Amino acid sequence: MSFHLILFLIFGAVCVGGAINLLAQRHPINSALSLIAVMAALAGDYLLLGAEFVAAVQLIVYAGAIMVLFVFVIMLLNAGVEEETKGSRVAILVGVPGMLIGGVLVAWVVLLRSGTEAVPIGALPGHPIDIAQLLFHDFLLPFEVTSILILIAIMGAVVLASKPESAAGKVE
Amino acid sequence: MPIGIFILVSVIKSVIVLLVLLTAVAYTVWLERKVVGHMQNRWGPTRVGPFGLLQPAADGLKFLFKEDLTPPHVYKPLFLAAPMMAVIFALTSISVIPFGNSIQLFGYSVPLQITDVNIGLLLILGITSMGVYGVALAGWSSNNKYSLLGGLRASAQMVSYEIALGLSLVGVLIQSGSFSLRDIVEAQGGRFLYIIPRWNIFHGQLIGFFVYLMAAYAETNRIPFDLPEAETELVAGYHTEYSSMKFAMFFMAEYANMITVACLATLLFFGGWHGPLFGPSLMRAVLPVFWFIAKVFCFLFLYIWVRGTLPRFRYDQLMSFGWKFLLPLAIANLVATAIVVAW
Repeated sequence: MSFHLILFLIFGAVCVGGAINLLAQRHPINSALSLIAVMAALAGDYLLLGAEFVAAVQLIVYAGAIMVLFVFVIMLLNAGVEEETKGSRVAILVGVPGMLIGGVLVAWVVLLRSGTEAVPIGALPGHPIDIAQLLFHDFLLPFEVTSILILIAIMGAVVLASKPESAAGKVE
Repeated sequence: MPIGIFILVSVIKSVIVLLVLLTAVAYTVWLERKVVGHMQNRWGPTRVGPFGLLQPAADGLKFLFKEDLTPPHVYKPLFLAAPMMAVIFALTSISVIPFGNSIQLFGYSVPLQITDVNIGLLLILGITSMGVYGVALAGWSSNNKYSLLGGLRASAQMVSYEIALGLSLVGVLIQSGSFSLRDIVEAQGGRFLYIIPRWNIFHGQLIGFFVYLMAAYAETNRIPFDLPEAETELVAGYHTEYSSMKFAMFFMAEYANMITVACLATLLFFGGWHGPLFGPSLMRAVLPVFWFIAKVFCFLFLYIWVRGTLPRFRYDQLMSFGWKFLLPLAIANLVATAIVVAW
């Protein structure tokens, strides 16, 4: 029961608990906050695997920018509490245990067949220098193409969000 | 060192740094009131203790005894949690900031830093990004149109200037070659041209420093970028509905952010704890911390000086400044630094 395992279990429990809370909450802002907790716990898990750069970028990008946009949308649209629908009790009584058992079975079979073991920290590249080497030397073309893809997405978003009168004015 | 000693030393360091930081926050408020007062040709606090030095204690007592009002239709869980989030994120970023060299205690070498992670600078950027939540959720949960607008404006401003902030730091990273704050400071030791210290501001990052300064003023919502909290504009912005201890927590978070920004500026651009060392060996061990504190104090004074001097930006001026001027300037600085280093 090393310290590493205890920390992993704590972060994993926060992650799973946040995900379950996300589904169980009725107000969307609570779901968004649970998702933030999931992202932060994942960053902790990445750190425990030795992927320090990925952990920091997960915090900056996912928990610090993408989730902020989610929260903005919920705040601006003033999304209220979800309505109560008459959920089927059979679905809950059979479905949730069924999913859990199915998930555990799949995970057990995969682990039994995969033949991998635990990797010590530091065995895989995680230092920013290693990632920089991969990103800017070995995978330079996919990196540049991805950045152009993101640029196209930004331009598309600007066009979609611009006022319709200006487009109509230009057409005339 | 064995894990038990490591945990004990870390806990002691955390407690000491936390106490020092909270005292520094309280006395930064005192400093601000005195300096802005003198700039406006009046005394600041003078009654409570000599030179008004006990004013922060009086303010703390006031906050404790003031009525803590929760307005009727707020969204209670977030209303209570938002100031806590603001303070937590503001106080967490101090954990990767190094104050000095390692000292020798009972045979162990203890670095004067709570933790020296390889990615210290990225962690500070990450925690700054998460600090937007305290503001945005406080504004929304207050059930008040002024708070909502103030919270949205403040978060949009913070998110916009985070980009320029991050890019201005990349120039420093290219020159130092490491994300670890201790390594960045170590790379600034020594001199070049025989007399100029090798601090990053003299060694090519002057533009980077000014971009960082302006982006950091906007991140911490200080004048000239404090439209979201201006009283004449939005009542008090996102902390309109907060009273007593919750308001004090927002206050503490703002000043703790100021102190973190000042510490980062000295570490990244002004050589951290490097300074002339003289005297007996005990003094030599303590002097780096003294130089660090002196430089941080200069930055805090600069913050307060700018506050007493400049008017505030209008919101559209603020956003266009961040996106149309500061961001291209940061990118240009990055490209120029990269070309020079790769040469």
